[in-house]
Order: sequence, then structure tokens, then C-alpha cells
Amino acid sequence: MTAGQMPHAAAGASDAEAAEGRVYTVSGEDWDEIVAAANEARDFESGERIVINMGPQHPSTHGVLRLVLTLEGETVAEVRPAIGYLHTGIEKNMEYRTWTQGVTFCTRADYLMPIFNETAYCLAVERLLGIEDRIPERAQIIRVLMMELNRISSHLGGIAPMGLELGATTIYTQGARLRERALDLLELITGLRMNHAFIRPGGVAQDLPPGALEAIRVFLDETPELMHQLHTLIDANPIFIGRNKNIAYLDLEGCMALGVTGPMLRATGLPWDLRKSQPYCGYESYDFDVPIRDTCDAYGRYLIRMDEIDESLKIIRQCADRVAARGSVDSDPVMIRDAKIGWPAQLSLGPDGLGPSPQHIAHIMGQSMEALIHHFKLLTEGFRVPAGQAYATIESPRGELAAHVVSDGGTRPYRVHLRDPSFTHLQSVAAMCEGGFVADLIPAIASIDPVMGGVDR
Amino acid sequence: MSGPDQPPKASPEETQGSEAPQGPKPPSGGASPAETDGNLPARLGEERLNAPVIRQGMFGVQGTPDTSGYGLLRVHKAPPLHSERPYGSYFDEIADALGGALEAAGLGFPDAIERVVVDRGEITFHVRRERLTEVATKLRDDPALRFELCSGVSGVHYPDEGGRELHAVYHMLSITHNRRVRLEVSVPDADPHVPSLVAVYPTCDWHERETWDFFGIIFDGHPALTRIEMPDDWKGHPQRKDYPLGGIPVEYRGAKIPAPDERRHYS
Amino acid sequence: MGIEEKLPSGVLLTSVEKAAGWARARSVWPATFGLACCAIELFQTGGPKHDLARFGMERASNTPRQADLMIVAGRLSQKMAPVTRQIYDQMADPKWVISMGVCASSGGMFNNYAIVQGVDHIIPVDIYLPGCPPRPEMLLDAILKLHDKIMNMKLGKNRDREITELENARLGLRPLHLAEPAEADL
Repeated sequence: MTAGQMPHAAAGASDAEAAEGRVYTVSGEDWDEIVAAANEARDFESGERIVINMGPQHPSTHGVLRLVLTLEGETVAEVRPAIGYLHTGIEKNMEYRTWTQGVTFCTRADYLMPIFNETAYCLAVERLLGIEDRIPERAQIIRVLMMELNRISSHLGGIAPMGLELGATTIYTQGARLRERALDLLELITGLRMNHAFIRPGGVAQDLPPGALEAIRVFLDETPELMHQLHTLIDANPIFIGRNKNIAYLDLEGCMALGVTGPMLRATGLPWDLRKSQPYCGYESYDFDVPIRDTCDAYGRYLIRMDEIDESLKIIRQCADRVAARGSVDSDPVMIRDAKIGWPAQLSLGPDGLGPSPQHIAHIMGQSMEALIHHFKLLTEGFRVPAGQAYATIESPRGELAAHVVSDGGTRPYRVHLRDPSFTHLQSVAAMCEGGFVADLIPAIASIDPVMGGVDR
Repeated sequence: MSGPDQPPKASPEETQGSEAPQGPKPPSGGASPAETDGNLPARLGEERLNAPVIRQGMFGVQGTPDTSGYGLLRVHKAPPLHSERPYGSYFDEIADALGGALEAAGLGFPDAIERVVVDRGEITFHVRRERLTEVATKLRDDPALRFELCSGVSGVHYPDEGGRELHAVYHMLSITHNRRVRLEVSVPDADPHVPSLVAVYPTCDWHERETWDFFGIIFDGHPALTRIEMPDDWKGHPQRKDYPLGGIPVEYRGAKIPAPDERRHYS
Repeated sequence: MGIEEKLPSGVLLTSVEKAAGWARARSVWPATFGLACCAIELFQTGGPKHDLARFGMERASNTPRQADLMIVAGRLSQKMAPVTRQIYDQMADPKWVISMGVCASSGGMFNNYAIVQGVDHIIPVDIYLPGCPPRPEMLLDAILKLHDKIMNMKLGKNRDREITELENARLGLRPLHLAEPAEADL
């Protein structure tokens, strides 16, 4: 009805000056018409729907993730994640480096779990080489040790920012405090706090340094108390529960359709863990449980991650015991003893950094011409991998991480594709969050725990 | 192909395949030469001599001065792998169940599957692109197969394989039976269309977008096939082999190192 | 701008410079611009062991409008570059930039189509911090060097003079790989 038809309307805006969008004039006994008209015109002209950009630079999006939200008030009508803001071309770069150098690239894909990227890639390369069963036992134990240590630091690297995004800075500082201890241990063993390039095709880069076993035992003794403090801080907090319980629901059917694995899948009640069902690196010989919940919500996923940290501590204790029970590294190599494949030098720390040990230099320069040639060939050309393709999957902190490696028989990978769990899981944001509130987006994404390096590679 | 009564060439250039200095004697009687001699190393080597040369020399040295001694080495392309039954492990069960399911739907196994390769403990079905959706649906639904989870699709670009340059590789996981399988679809550069599996496995949505973005494989039936990793207005498909790495020369004090794809390499 | 613009060069301006520099250096608010792996080290630097709060920097301003310092932590992809420039433009003066890590400083190990070879292609950088990733201690060292720079920053007419001198010095620079001035082709 226009203003002209309303003799009792106050002299106000004419139709032309009316506010943007459709104007409804209510005069009585026509509320049903108004409501019906408003519902059918539920589009942008009515002014109820807005499109908001939660841009790539945002404190709560776990990195450079862009969410384009269509909101109706506080309710999310549509959410479309846009990724690619951290695309680095890692996979293409690996085609221009040797197989061993490829480890340093793939380790930077998902940078919160570098050891897992390396392990997936190295397992695929070893399958192509056909040396899967010849990897030294000590190397396998050290691989498991490093993976579980990285699992702890990765879960904490997800839980601490989750607290920060919900506004609880103490969770962040306490999580960072505990994570710092895990990083200290990683630094002691590999030399770096992250992006270690420690797991190499054929074994690991070097043995545990002296003092590592003691440091691991100290870590194992002190961490349960710190974990208990974290539990007391977070678990029963009513605000945390209110923001996470029954939020971001994704049941088993949704997980299967969307290809979701890892803690999100275990939160639906399915005890699927690749360490148990398709073991690698000797996981079948370790004693640990697979935590599950059946609430399918963000709170369940958080509890699973905390429980997985406890299970990782168990596994690390078993690894440390096994290493302690073994002999010294001269008879117990950490790299495959195959002159055509295994990295030739025993690395050691010298005055100018990490490099081939003096014994190795003396050996190749003074004692064995063959060793010198192998050293030279492996360092310049690298080893050759027979043609074929392999797909190695491991259970990473975020889900099923896989490396699809194609070789054409040369010294460089022909194609490496990292199937990253975060990439697949981010597709489920729409399924979990549409219809909920804007504020629930944050715990939902935090419960996926995506790392944009892995998503974009 | 040379007959069985000619000895294989033993010239210095052809170092591949001439292990036997003397060819086999032709059998007396009417036995066909191919049946009796087909699997001998010399015979297999001769077939491979007809394949194109994919690598010359060693250590990445081209032309002179090549003092490696391997300058005349010519490595020929290996024929595509093809596995015969029995495949071993659980692969036979998968192949039987898939064949049964396809036949029940009125499709023959060879109609849908070009080739089966069992290599390094993994089975790969090379699927014809027209039948991809049916094969995937059978893999997902048939009770003996039940590959519920698709890990995604990725592409590989083989510019040397004329007519089959772009490969789309799918990996499936069956949680019920704890098995894995791989599907591979080959399409030519000139017609890079593959049916989309989003209707069968919704998780393939972003994976197909990524494969389109990096390789140019067009997935027919995808709800929104747009660029996902590269900026929306990017030209070209970066992970193809004919797309350069795109680096810049690195400046040091007193030296300039070329970009990684233009440096000397040893392979 | 402020009072510093109106003061003539002299003791009064120098005192104002000292006071302003001291105040600015003590509470730099970083804009959270963590991109990749270096962001994790930035996050650890904010943790209790290497504490950013002792410098007054724990209040990371998520909106660039209130931020003083942009720590570009991580590799900058081509897709993110316009966003970076926009965030930088939205920051109010005075602002500083630390490019943390080799990827932000020069492209790092990723010399390819997808990564901008150094954020200084897009925004002016005050402190370059190498490392892959740099340890939190290295980041704190860079921040302290930045504090030195801020404390000694000249204002008003002194700043104009300083800028002219710096520009003249830069005009004589040549590419690193060319040793002889005669070869330089600017």
C-alpha cells in the first residue's frame, strides 16, 4: 500500500524516499499478509541477509582461511570457505629436487605436524624402492617416538589457539607452556623446533643424542601433572562446555560422505585408527588405546585430543624403553645399510654445525674409494627409485594423511601429492555450521583443527 | 619383429636386453615361435627396443664433453604394467566382486576396466572414463566391496603418453573390509573431460576443483568447478609438466644462481 | 600532524623525539599476520617461556587499525599479496614491519610461481629476520632491534632531512651480483 492510499498516515517519507528495500505498511488485521509477504521476500532486498567476509586475516580462523558468510541476523545461512591463500607449490617444487631433498619440502606442508608429512612421504618412497622391510628397527622405533612427540605438540597447537579464539587466554598460555616442553625435546633430538627434515627415506637422519633418553623420561614424568592442570582448567568450565557441547555436529554418515577421518571420525563412535587397522612403522607392537566418544560434537573432539596426548605419552615411554634396551649405534644403524640408497654420512655436530662425522670423512677420503663414490653420487644425484606409484597412509593428528608418489625411474619424484586431512575436513564446515549461530563457527573450525599449510600446500 | 632364428643384435649401442649372446634355436616341428620363445629375456628386450627412448646418457650430461663413458646409453620406455590373475592377497576378491557387480548391472568387466595393475602391494584399476561413475557406485554400494571413504582425486600429467596425458587418480578405503584400492582414469589433453564423482562421494568436491586448478582436467557434473588454490583469475594450470616452476634467479654477492628448474641437474 | 611537526630542529625537537620514541617502543601492538610456520613460532613467543608481554606486545591487535607493527610471519602467496597490502594500508602511522622468516624476507626455499619473493616487493620492511623458522629468541632480538630503531626515530624536520639522506644513499645501490660500477645497469 502506498502512502497515497493511506489518508491517516503521517506526512513522512514518500514512496520514493522510503528506506531501501520493500516497505510494508501495516494498518490492521493484515498481519498474516505481511508475514507471508516478508517470508517470501526473504532475500537481500528485505535487508535481513548480509554477506560477511571473515577474511584471510583473522585471529580465529586458524591461519589464512577465508569464510564468506551469508547471515540472517546471527544465524549462518550459508558458509563458503575460500582457501588457497597459503598455496606454496610444494608438490611442484618437489619435482625439481632429489628424493631426499623432497623431505625438506613436504615437511613444511602441514607445519604443525612436520614429522607426519615426512613419514608419509618416506613410507611411500620406501614402498617404491621395495625396502619397506629392511628399514632398521632402531629407525622405526625413533620414527614412532618422533611421531608421538609431534602428535602431542600438534594437539596442543590446536587446543591452545582454540582457547584463545574462545577468548580464554589462559588456555593459550598454559597450552603454549606445555607445548614448549615438547618442542624442547624435539629440538634436542632433531636440532630444530619445527620443520625438522628428520625422517628420511631409508631411516632417520641421526640417532638420539646423548642425554635424550633422560630428557624424555623427565618429560614423561612431568607432563601428566601439567595435563591434569589443563584438564582442571578446561574440562568442566561452564563457558567452554556451553560453547562446545552439541556444537558442530557431524555424525558417521556425514563423516563418510565428506571423507572425514581422525578425531572427528572417532568422535562419532567409530574406533577407526590407522595405527591399529593398517599399522606401519611397527605400531602393531605397541600397547595403546584408541580414544573414542560418541557425541559427534566439538567437545567430544576436544576430549579425544586430550586423551590422545595421554596415549602418546604411553607410546613414547615404550619407545624410550626399547631404545634404552638396545645396543649402541655402531651395531644398530638408524639408516638402511644399502650403499645405493642409505644416506652415507653419520651426521654429527661439529664446530661449524651439523655435517658428516670426522670418522666418515676419514673413511671416504682415506680408506674406501667405493664409499667416496657412493657418497658423491648420493649427495649430488641421489638414489634412483624404480618406476611406479605408491600411496602410503598414516594416522596423523588431524586424520588420514597420505602421500601419493609417482616415480619415472629417475632421481627426482615425478609427482608427489599429499592428501592432507585438513583440506578434506574443511569441506565439512558448511555441513556443520549452516543453520547455527555465527559464534558457533569458531569452535567448529577449532574442532576441525585445520592447518592452512596442509590445506593449501 | 625379428624371427627366432636370427640372433639378437649385440652392437655396443644397445645395452638393454641383450643378455643372451645367442638367440634360441628354433624348435623342430610346427610349434609357433612366439609361444615357446616369448618370455625369454632376449625376446622381451627386443620388444622394448621398439619403444621410444626416454633417457640418454647418465649424470645429466648432454653432448660433449661427456667423459662418463655412458654417453651412448639409451634407456627405452618400459611397457605399461599389466597384471594377470591371480593378483594375490585380497585383490582377487575385489576384482571378482567388482566384475560380478558390473555384470549384474549389464556392463562387462572389460568394458569398464581397461587394465589391472598389481604393483608394490597395491591394486590399480584403470577405468574407462565413460564407466567411472558406475564403477565408483558399485565400489561404494556392493556389500563385498563397500569402499565407503574416498580419499580424493589427484592428477598426474604424462606429456609423453600421446592421447592419454592426463591421469586422474582416485584412492578408496573400505573401513568394513579394511582394504584399499586405486582407480586411474586417463584422458587426452585435447579432451580432458572426466565425469565427476561428487554425486557418489561428496568429498571429491574440493579435490576435483584442485585437480582442475592444477591440471586442467574438467570434471563434468561438478556443481561448481572453479579455481581453489590459485587466484581466481590465474591463467594456466601450474602442476602440468609444461608449466614452468616460475622461480627467479637468486642474487648473492658476486654470483647469480638461476632458478631451480634451470639449474644443472644430475639425472 | 602533531606538535613534533611544528617544532624547529633543535634541543626541543630532540627531547620530544626521545620522549615519543621511548613511549612508542614500550607498547608496540603487533597486528596478527601469521601466515605459516613462522606464525607458530610467533605463537610460542607469546607463550610464557619467551614472553612478549614483557615488552607490552601481548595485546595483539587483530584489527590493523589499532596496530603498530606488522610481523609478516610466513610465506606470502600470490593470492594473499593484495590482502597483505590492504592490511598494511589500513594500519595507521607510525607503523613498522618485521618480515619474519626467510620466506617473508626473500621467498625462502620456495622460489616458484606461487610465492612472492619477499614481502618487500609489496610493503616496506624495517627489520628482516632470517630463519626457517626463526627461534623465538631470534624474534625477540628482531623486536629489540626494532625498539632501538623506534626509540631513535627522528621526527619532524629531522626526519625529513634523514629521509633525503637515506634516499640519496639508496640511489647509489647496485645489484649484488655485479661487482663493478661500470657493469651496473640501473
